Amino acid sequence: MNLTFQFASLSEFIDMGGYAFYVWLSYGSAAIAFAALTYNSVRKRKAVLADIAKKQARESRLRQHRSQTQ
Amino acid sequence: MRQISYYQAFSSVLRRDLQIAFRHRGDIFNPLMFFVMVVTLFPLGIGPEPNTLTRIAPGIIWVAALLSAMLSLERLFKSDYNDGSLEQMMLSPQPLSLMVLAKVLAHWLVTGLPLIFIAPLLAVLLHLDENSYGALMATLAIGTPILSLIGAIGVALTVGLPKGGVLLSLLILPLYIPVLIFATSAIDAASMNMPFGGHLAILAALLIGSLVLAPVAISASLRVSTN
Amino acid sequence: MWKWLHPYAQPERAYHLAGSLFPWFAVLAIALISIGTIWGLGFAPTDYQQGHSYRIIFLHVPSASMSMSAYMAMAICAFIGLVWQIKLADIAAAAIAPIGAVLTVIALITGAAWGKPMWGAWWVWDARLTSELVLLFLYLGVIALYASFEDKVMAAKAAGILAVVGVINLPIIKYSVEWWNTLHQPNAITVGKSNSMPPEMLIPLLLNIFGFAMMIAALSILRFRAEVLARNSMRPWVRAMVAEETKA
Repeated sequence: MNLTFQFASLSEFIDMGGYAFYVWLSYGSAAIAFAALTYNSVRKRKAVLADIAKKQARESRLRQHRSQTQ
Repeated sequence: MRQISYYQAFSSVLRRDLQIAFRHRGDIFNPLMFFVMVVTLFPLGIGPEPNTLTRIAPGIIWVAALLSAMLSLERLFKSDYNDGSLEQMMLSPQPLSLMVLAKVLAHWLVTGLPLIFIAPLLAVLLHLDENSYGALMATLAIGTPILSLIGAIGVALTVGLPKGGVLLSLLILPLYIPVLIFATSAIDAASMNMPFGGHLAILAALLIGSLVLAPVAISASLRVSTN
Repeated sequence: MWKWLHPYAQPERAYHLAGSLFPWFAVLAIALISIGTIWGLGFAPTDYQQGHSYRIIFLHVPSASMSMSAYMAMAICAFIGLVWQIKLADIAAAAIAPIGAVLTVIALITGAAWGKPMWGAWWVWDARLTSELVLLFLYLGVIALYASFEDKVMAAKAAGILAVVGVINLPIIKYSVEWWNTLHQPNAITVGKSNSMPPEMLIPLLLNIFGFAMMIAALSILRFRAEVLARNSMRPWVRAMVAEETKA
């Protein structure tokens, strides 16, 4: 298997033989989409955890209040 | 007693409606998906021939926009009518037309604006002529607020009726016809590289006219239909 | 035969199993996609006819094929949830849906970006492209239906029925190239027959395909675990876990 870098220089690599717009549009939009999806998924998990923590805190406050007023 | 200024009344109604819309994301996405799907159905029904599609693309996009606007208008007053906040707005000392204008603005921001942004993508699907994109965006930008304003009159007339939906289309679609005609003729003129400023000017006149007159008509309709 | 699977219908065990599998999928996904993309962009030989624009294939084919696989996975989960009433399967189906939708969008965008220089058009209404667009609509429909119900148990049932019904679309996409004469290329890879692609092009493509599959698994696990926590928030094991994490 013969593996060589297919471009003579970095600027040629970015130019992609004239197809720069199309190639980088594809790779760019894919990168942004997957990054956004990952970020959204991680944030969802954190939001759920924060939500449960808030519920717990509220319930413990209620319990404290009830035990105090009795 | 603290007086609420006109600006405060307007902005609080606007903010409330926007918050409600963002909490029910479906209200934003469903009309948009409807718009996309109606546009997709036409090439499947008419055939994929690019020349045919180019000719009818402006009409397809605008008719789909009309139908989608009509679909999304139904929720404008319905939930407020059901829980009584519409009556509260009508009883308040601030002018009803002001608050109604805020509701219509919120509706346009949430349904009309996404439509405007997704229309170029749909125009690509329909092989719209390259010269027409500017005209497409301009007519949608001027036309969709008109759709929200005029449509709100129809919704206000039918808000009390249980099956108002079908009747709504009978009321509103004839009023939409001028907008449709001037918008599509503007896009057609642009595709032939002819000036379309005149068409846009008439559309803008329709917009300004409805901005001034529609809130009054909507308030009157609301007072009549919620008697 | 399937008895060993039964304990994993409990949310807690499924949650922890998913959690232990996640690092493997995530690392594999990052590694495979990185190698495949860098190899494909920089080192794969230049195509004789298409020049460097063909390098879009390393994104387009993986995302298109994985969008269909993700739908299949979602439909299977939905089917299991409907038939055996296992709630975790419904949660899994809901977790996969957004990921599949994003993959479909990427397939459509990369396809259009490849089609414009090659065919001169961003879009043509041929059978394969249209089927992929319909697949996107099906995904969006499942997501919208799931989101519109307050009661998530009912939501999952409704979305599950929709997902299973939509599975009919998948064979149409797969065989459309054989059934109709179309502008779209024939399948780049066929399983079993010898391939006309040189290995320097084929291997990064396969790496990316498997990398995307690992990515789907990793992201689905993330969303699955978040949804499991949300739906079981009253259970003591969830409470204990959250209490520990907030103290730390």
